[in-house]
Amino acid sequence: MERSTIFAGFGGQGILFAGNILARAAMAEGLEVFWIPSYGPEMRGGTASCTVIVAEEPIGSPVIDRADAVVALNPPSMARFEASVGPRGLLVLNTSLIEAQPSRTDIEVVAVPCTALARTAGDDKLVSVVALGALIARRPLVPLAAVRRALEVVLLAKRPEILAADLAALEAGYAAALEGALTPV
Amino acid sequence: MASAVPPRPAPERVLMKGNEAIAEAAIQAGCDAYFGYPITPQAEILEWMARRMPELGRVFVQAESELGAINMGLGAASTGARVLVSSSSPGTSLMAEGMSYMAGSEVPLVFVDVMRGGPGLGSIGPSQGDYFQMVKGHGHGDYRTPVLAPSSIAEAIALVADAFEIAERFRTPVVILADGTLGQAMEPVVPAYRNPARQVFDWAATGATGRRPRVVRSLHLKPEDLEAHNEHLQAKYRAIEAAETRWTGELLDDAELVIVAYGTAARVARTAIRRAREGGLRAGLLRPISLWPFPSAPIAELASRARGILVVELSAGQMVEDVRLAVEGRAPVAFHGRTGGMVPTPDEVLVSLRHLWAITAPRPPEAGRDERPPRRTARSVPIEPSMRRPASTPEGVDEPAFQEVWR
Amino acid sequence: MTTPLIERPPEATAGAAASPAPASVAASARVIAGRPALLEDKSTHYCPGCGHGVIHRLLAELLADLGVAERTIAVAPVGCSVFAYDYIDVDWVEAPHGRAPAVATGIRRVRPEAFVLMYQGDGDLAAIGTGEIVHAAARGERITAVFVNNGIYGMTGGQMAPTTLLGQKTTSSPTGRDERLMGGPIPITEMLAILPGVAYAARGTLADAASIGKLKAMLRRAMEVQVHDAGFAIVEVLSNCPVGWGMTAQQSIDHLQTVAQTYPTGVLVDRLKAAAAPPAPAAAVSAPTTAAAPAPSSLTLEPATAAEA
Repeated sequence: MERSTIFAGFGGQGILFAGNILARAAMAEGLEVFWIPSYGPEMRGGTASCTVIVAEEPIGSPVIDRADAVVALNPPSMARFEASVGPRGLLVLNTSLIEAQPSRTDIEVVAVPCTALARTAGDDKLVSVVALGALIARRPLVPLAAVRRALEVVLLAKRPEILAADLAALEAGYAAALEGALTPV
Repeated sequence: MASAVPPRPAPERVLMKGNEAIAEAAIQAGCDAYFGYPITPQAEILEWMARRMPELGRVFVQAESELGAINMGLGAASTGARVLVSSSSPGTSLMAEGMSYMAGSEVPLVFVDVMRGGPGLGSIGPSQGDYFQMVKGHGHGDYRTPVLAPSSIAEAIALVADAFEIAERFRTPVVILADGTLGQAMEPVVPAYRNPARQVFDWAATGATGRRPRVVRSLHLKPEDLEAHNEHLQAKYRAIEAAETRWTGELLDDAELVIVAYGTAARVARTAIRRAREGGLRAGLLRPISLWPFPSAPIAELASRARGILVVELSAGQMVEDVRLAVEGRAPVAFHGRTGGMVPTPDEVLVSLRHLWAITAPRPPEAGRDERPPRRTARSVPIEPSMRRPASTPEGVDEPAFQEVWR
Repeated sequence: MTTPLIERPPEATAGAAASPAPASVAASARVIAGRPALLEDKSTHYCPGCGHGVIHRLLAELLADLGVAERTIAVAPVGCSVFAYDYIDVDWVEAPHGRAPAVATGIRRVRPEAFVLMYQGDGDLAAIGTGEIVHAAARGERITAVFVNNGIYGMTGGQMAPTTLLGQKTTSSPTGRDERLMGGPIPITEMLAILPGVAYAARGTLADAASIGKLKAMLRRAMEVQVHDAGFAIVEVLSNCPVGWGMTAQQSIDHLQTVAQTYPTGVLVDRLKAAAAPPAPAAAVSAPTTAAAPAPSSLTLEPATAAEA
């Protein structure tokens, strides 16, 4: 069964990184995975998004009709992708930046102040990692430990000094989503 | 299970971007030189080569233009070097000249086109709008180039090595035709690379040391000479058709509706036929891997027993023409395509499948199983009216609708 | 092709190119010149009086003199000289129109041991191929470029070239080249000479025997630059096109004096000399690399009328 997630936000919020970490975690778990970014000029400073599809079987379509989950980190992303969530799908909202209430009633909404939690963990830029933790709490596409290991593999090779903050952000998002209300606060 | 051997660890998978996988596959296939020019969505091939080729002591040049890049490729490949050149749609137009010269001079080279939306500057979104350009020859003159269309990153890796092999065996440029989706996406792949064996070239310009000088050229000013050269090329193309026609199929055995699609469109179709079957519609997929030579024979065979054929492309309808030529009226052929960087979704394709079901008549049982219509070739076809449509058309269906582009 | 094929090659247009000694010459006679070994013993397709034959001969002599013929990979252009590969006995690759510098670059990069010779006309190099020649020169590709400037598209029937003189009548400038409408002649060798990657740039002429001697020295120098791995080298040759110019062979030779008023002959830059490289030995296959291209501050063009070495 294919499960798709759209990560969307401002360029610089680590959208592609979060999708990449999810993809690596899924690969390490022996799953099939497909990661595709929105690419080109729109990545430079505008909104960025990427889609990650996780499955047990080889993955067919790289485009999706409806996403099983959408992670929206800024207001334009929610405006653009809220309608893309499939019935009974999940919408992870960064309430630090998004004040609007989602209009959908047929989906599960988890509201997490991702930017605030990222700042507590050490850096605003960790907002996507917080959201990834929240996503995994509600949709265990891969175990939390697999995401943790993927962060370790990537960051120990490139930027070991920020690993601790990333892991803290991941845990914070995970915990917040477990506690979070099913409707926006 | 006393004598159980310890399980072999599965080969480590790595997450690779399509463009980077294509570049690394070329390197591992023994590519001696790469020439390119920046253009989205294939710039990662250039960047990967810029880093990797010099550290391996191989040749990388960022050319002044696509014209420069393809002709540097021509020069390097004329000496027998294994050469990769890549670009995307607007750039490939500039490279058409060099491709024609290489076809005429019989210079082997692997050419990657990561297609984007057109015409003109178009968009940077994924597209299959260069099918005509690549499959029908690319440049001027009477020639063909083998075109291989990967549908996944793992397949792209395998096809790059195959492309070098075909290029050198038949002395021809070979095209890898991908699109922006495949170039930009990441998938886990087992890095199973292949380095085809080197051949001894008796034609390459290497410096006439201890032998007669050689000339690598496409000019044959005497018509008799050029016709003889063309006949030689055509004989070569027949040999390529016999040896290198590639395709694969899924769920075709009992398929009443057959989708024909390649590359990214085939992946969308793959999901669509599964959804169709969940709804009781027996659909299958035929995926051409070589776009030239085109798998006409299996398509003709399917058409003789299918209720209808649906072609799905990221274009306004290009490969559909080759499908119609293969089908030769044995079954209705419908089309669904998106352009400009848009990609059809599985549900869109499902709607088209249902539409095709609604306007086609079932095949009479047994018909076509044993007595297929004779396979006709372009050479043997008798002159007859072009009205060779299925005998029974559903009531209330406007026949020309078969020919419409569905959106 | 508008040019008629001829049965016998014309006598060389200038004294430097002697015809082979006839067999009837007495054994005691001293042979002072013969057909160079690398020059094919066949009639060329060039028109009577055309300068390409002289240039081919000079190249055939020099490739042998420098001992590079067996490792030469030459690049043929599109134009009258496309058939150069039929006359000079080395390996050749035929380039699309204007793309010879890119083709030569590809050869150069994968064959570091090769001697890469490039032959282009003015339409090929200075019109359709300006992008390729500028960037090959800017990269300092180790290529020896022979640029034959006869101010006309000869093969296609004598149309205006980028190098056509002001006022010159051609089949596509029937009332003469008008600077306001068609621009002026392009001094492309001067343009290339200012690029740091260019180690040698010079312009010679086929106007008379003495000039041909100087031209041969320029071509030799341009080849030595490559042997010394010093950078890009180009020699422009003011050549004639009697048919395209509507002149007799002798008139077209005399006209080269007029052409030289627009295109002064001489050495434009010689950075091999600036780098104080030793004289090139005949077969210096692995000559030491000379210093990198000098800083722009030393980029002073010699007077165009400077005497050739």
